[in-house]
Amino acid sequence: MSKKFTKDHEWISLEGDIARIGITDYAQEQLGDVVFVELPEAGREVAQGNDAAVVESVKAASEVYAPVSGEIIEPNVKLEEEPALVNQDPAEGGWFFTMKVSNPDELNDLMDEAAYADYLKELG
Amino acid sequence: MANSTTDFDGTNSKGTDGKGVTPITPSYARTPLYEMHLALGAKMVPFAGYEMPVQYGLGVMGEHLHTREKAGLFDVSHMGQAQLFPENADSDVAPVFEALVPGGIISLKEGGIRYTQLTNEAGGILDDLMVTRFGNTLWLVVNAACKNDDFAHIAQSLAGKARLSVENRALLALQGPQAEDVLKQHLPAAADLAFMQACHADYQGENVIISRCGYTGEDGFEISLPNDMAARFAAHLLENDAVEPIGLGARDSLRLEAGLCLYGHDIDTNTTPVEADLMWSVPRRRRESLDFPGAHKVSQQLSQKPARLRVGIRPEGRAPAREGTEIHDMDNNPIGRITSGGFAPTLQAPIAMGYVNADHAAAGTQIQLIIRGKPMMAHITSMPFVEHNYLRTKS
Repeated sequence: MSKKFTKDHEWISLEGDIARIGITDYAQEQLGDVVFVELPEAGREVAQGNDAAVVESVKAASEVYAPVSGEIIEPNVKLEEEPALVNQDPAEGGWFFTMKVSNPDELNDLMDEAAYADYLKELG
Repeated sequence: MANSTTDFDGTNSKGTDGKGVTPITPSYARTPLYEMHLALGAKMVPFAGYEMPVQYGLGVMGEHLHTREKAGLFDVSHMGQAQLFPENADSDVAPVFEALVPGGIISLKEGGIRYTQLTNEAGGILDDLMVTRFGNTLWLVVNAACKNDDFAHIAQSLAGKARLSVENRALLALQGPQAEDVLKQHLPAAADLAFMQACHADYQGENVIISRCGYTGEDGFEISLPNDMAARFAAHLLENDAVEPIGLGARDSLRLEAGLCLYGHDIDTNTTPVEADLMWSVPRRRRESLDFPGAHKVSQQLSQKPARLRVGIRPEGRAPAREGTEIHDMDNNPIGRITSGGFAPTLQAPIAMGYVNADHAAAGTQIQLIIRGKPMMAHITSMPFVEHNYLRTKS
């Protein structure tokens, strides 16, 4: 399945009932150099829109929200050693976590690639 | 994703639409370098009533490391500059001004620069500032956010004894190991200055003030010049390959590595020079004469030990501990709070400063930082975090 996007600049891609989540290129650009990532533990239940991870640059900390509800399956522990992956490869290698989606209908609330591109244009 | 901490616009934008940056309205002032910042691709943010560059193309990390390695150019024109004259032209204004600060001002030699604080009657810090002697006058540089209050306080307190002239001029800082090499090509007099020394110089027929000091822990200069020549002068400096423009983001991480206080965060009216560990800036003569505002409080804290002290903190993990983070002792009792914290690009590790109970202030003391509800191990350390690289002597 192709990616969907949130207004808070997370991306999500679903395969079966397992989703992979990351932040967009726009988000990493806004953050600047990422120096620390705090990831959720496997097994944790998260609700749509709630804090799931933390990403920090030299100057600020930001939260990564769960785009949909479900159970965390795997955090990308590579980011703990190499947080700069979020800047270098936000769409692929810099993913944050995978989760088992409890209600796939929640994805309908999110933007597709074209809608997200329009949304970024609005932000200027 | 949304910012939960932002250091530069004073707002917490969590729960907004994720833009993370407060929209800039025309009510913010601009420095003479505003157009240049835009042309250089700066990201502009509101700061102390001004629209200022928080970073340029290199980003905070790149700008920070560049300043430590070569030379960084900072626009600090938002800061307040003023000249203080004695009411009687034959007298010296230094003893008059000394009544408002705990630093040694009358002992300043021609062109000498002093770091000191304006204190209130309770010993609280109204602002910290740089004071330079030129003849029987003093040149003052104060923080942007405090400048109106500072100048009103000085003018009012010294009415009848001194006259304050607020100078609407640009102020640039050129900081880093190559700062002297770059600046002397334009202002040869820069090379003759020792650390914490200043002089007047002529630049294209205009009077400029060159001060060998800064806010990064590096050797470097601040150059005060007329507004209308600031952009031209900055452009000349940037022509040198060693010089990159540096924003407020790296300015903050550089000063934190250097262990220097940020007014409104690490020091304010609720902290005294003793608690803030700034007594190195108060000479013995002033500790004995006790003739500055709040001297009784400072004296009492010196003899009885203050309740709390500003300290350096090294978190042991990788998580940065930001301003406001609660500090606990190893038995989980709250003992203080972080006042500045972030990531040190030079060390590639988190660093912080904050206030702790005085009995937990010794270097090496183990503490816990409560980050997002979880205790993280840390210890007290001496500052600076990164050795100062000031010019030591000048023959």
